[in-house]
Amino acid sequence: MKSPMVHVHDVTVAYHRKPVLWNVDLVLDDPRLIGVLGPNGAGKSTLLKAILGLVPIASGTVEIGGKPLAKQRRLIGYVPQRESVDWEFPVTVLDVVLMGTYGRLGWFRRPGSKERAIAIQSLERVGLVDLAHQQIGQLSGGQQQRTFLARALAQDAALYFMDEPMAGVDAATERVIFGLLRELRAQGKMVVVVHHDLRTVPSYFDDVILLHRRLIAHGPVASTFTRENLRKCYGGNLAALEMAAEIVAASAPTK
Amino acid sequence: MSDLLSTSAIWTMVVGILAGACCASVGCYLVLRRMSMLGDAISHSVLPGIAVAVLWSGEFGGWPSFVGALALGGLCTLLIELLHRQGGLSADSSMGVVFSGLFSLGVIIITREARRKHIDADCILFGLIEAVPLDTVPLAGMQIPRAVLTLGAVAILVTAVILLLWKEFKIVSFDAALASAMGLSASVVHYLLMTLVAIVAVACFEAVGSIVVVALFIVPPATAHLLTDRLGTMMALSIVVSAVAAVVGYILAAIFNTSVAGMIAVVCGMEFALAVILGPRHGILSKMYRQFSLSVRIAAEDYLGRLFREEEVLQGQRPAESVPTAPTAGVLIDRFARRYAKQAGWIAQQGESTVLTQPGRLRAEEVVQSHRLWQEFAGGNLSLPADHRHEAAHRLEHIISPALRDELAREIRSYDHGDDLPK
Repeated sequence: MKSPMVHVHDVTVAYHRKPVLWNVDLVLDDPRLIGVLGPNGAGKSTLLKAILGLVPIASGTVEIGGKPLAKQRRLIGYVPQRESVDWEFPVTVLDVVLMGTYGRLGWFRRPGSKERAIAIQSLERVGLVDLAHQQIGQLSGGQQQRTFLARALAQDAALYFMDEPMAGVDAATERVIFGLLRELRAQGKMVVVVHHDLRTVPSYFDDVILLHRRLIAHGPVASTFTRENLRKCYGGNLAALEMAAEIVAASAPTK
Repeated sequence: MSDLLSTSAIWTMVVGILAGACCASVGCYLVLRRMSMLGDAISHSVLPGIAVAVLWSGEFGGWPSFVGALALGGLCTLLIELLHRQGGLSADSSMGVVFSGLFSLGVIIITREARRKHIDADCILFGLIEAVPLDTVPLAGMQIPRAVLTLGAVAILVTAVILLLWKEFKIVSFDAALASAMGLSASVVHYLLMTLVAIVAVACFEAVGSIVVVALFIVPPATAHLLTDRLGTMMALSIVVSAVAAVVGYILAAIFNTSVAGMIAVVCGMEFALAVILGPRHGILSKMYRQFSLSVRIAAEDYLGRLFREEEVLQGQRPAESVPTAPTAGVLIDRFARRYAKQAGWIAQQGESTVLTQPGRLRAEEVVQSHRLWQEFAGGNLSLPADHRHEAAHRLEHIISPALRDELAREIRSYDHGDDLPK
């Protein structure tokens, strides 16, 4: 049997020993647009970072295509939150997009004309090619977000994780971005997107993952994005989980 | 002054330039990663390593102090991480705790043992760049100062590492999470950079002392960052800035008969101040100039608007009180504004009076239309009282784009029809 693209098995993530995400099981497969939803502090970004190996996993396993993450990094594209970088950094839009090719190049090798062609092509797809030689601090919020998207395109991954690519962009840019995500799906890629705006969920996504410190529900929008599940996700009582987390944090390490 | 061109003067400046180049290039990454204080911490923490090595080997400099300092540099980085990650202490506090502790330990060891071993504590704290030409080794028939050889070797090492790992240093400095997600481990790059910082700090320590090492790590890159927005240019400029500081600092120290190392740091600070004032994009002068040209443009457009409204009154389209009392931006700006309007071809002189030209009338119409649209939008769609409308309209009329004008007109129309009324 073919292994699923992403297999998250019983993953718990803790910061300073305090669990923030409990026992998550997820099997993601097929080219689909998947929205990750949940209130502030639900652990949406943490889930992405745990799958990408950017935060240590306290227990559980993550497999990409049936293999450990370390062997599969080439398959994965990542768009971090826009605020996570310093936009005054002295690089041009093209420099940033070129960074998308660095993973494929590996250590020491410099990007050449082939990589530049890929970067320019990616900039054309997001409509920013005219701004290629601008310093990134001079861009608007929507243009910065599209720069990140172009960088992800340059990564040419099979599987994309995007952390709030819609944050702080205008409605027109949001439509452009989702047009691109649909293109990616049409090319057979899976796209997992942390998203905030519940109103647009049914029109944008195939599947949703509802998250609030633990997995609430995962499945197709029609059957999963229901009033009942949303109530559980946004209104649920977390008192027991909070107390458990405090107790785990306060207790001696088990390992 | 005459001995500014002597061999020893030139060697001293060469040492200053080499030390500056090493510190400034590595320092670019520290400044960009907002880790300036980590450079500070490492360059202070190496002191006990040097002190122990000096006591053990009985002499200052050479391999023992190098190894000792490097070990302490590594220990410092590890301790800071440990306190921060495991101890839950904030990053800046953990740095403060670690480096002040290690530095004082070094001071204690040195001052206690200095008397017996003939070591001068001042020389470690403040460096002794003036003594550089005295400590020479023969090479290819010349007497080359040892510091020149050490710093030369370190400069070559730094250049090689930065060239080899240019792309890795760049991506980790800009977006460490993405680098790690791609398999270019951010922590490997981080520790490599910290090792470079420690090597550079130790090598420069002897020549210029700890205070100047910190200044050279941070001030030239910070200065260069104000002057450019390309990483390569920033690094080149920061090396130039530090080289200027080395040469000018030496000359000024000779003139005022004072510490060369101190003067180098002072010149660095002056260069930074100059960049703050004269920088092309963030400089005070260019900001003032942009502010001034904006004021002139606004005043010119206000002037057009007034002429336009007066025309409207003359043609009987509007009552006389529709011309607002003339706002003035000051005599100087008003004068520049008229000149600006004339040069743009917006106004012309007709006998005694100034009149709008055709392009001037078009621009004036846009401004006045923007003003009126906003007033209507604010009064209707935003339901703002009358005294909240005019000032905003007066400011916005100069920046509202054609697209926004269309959108405002559309929303005002639909509001009038009640399409957008809340149910």
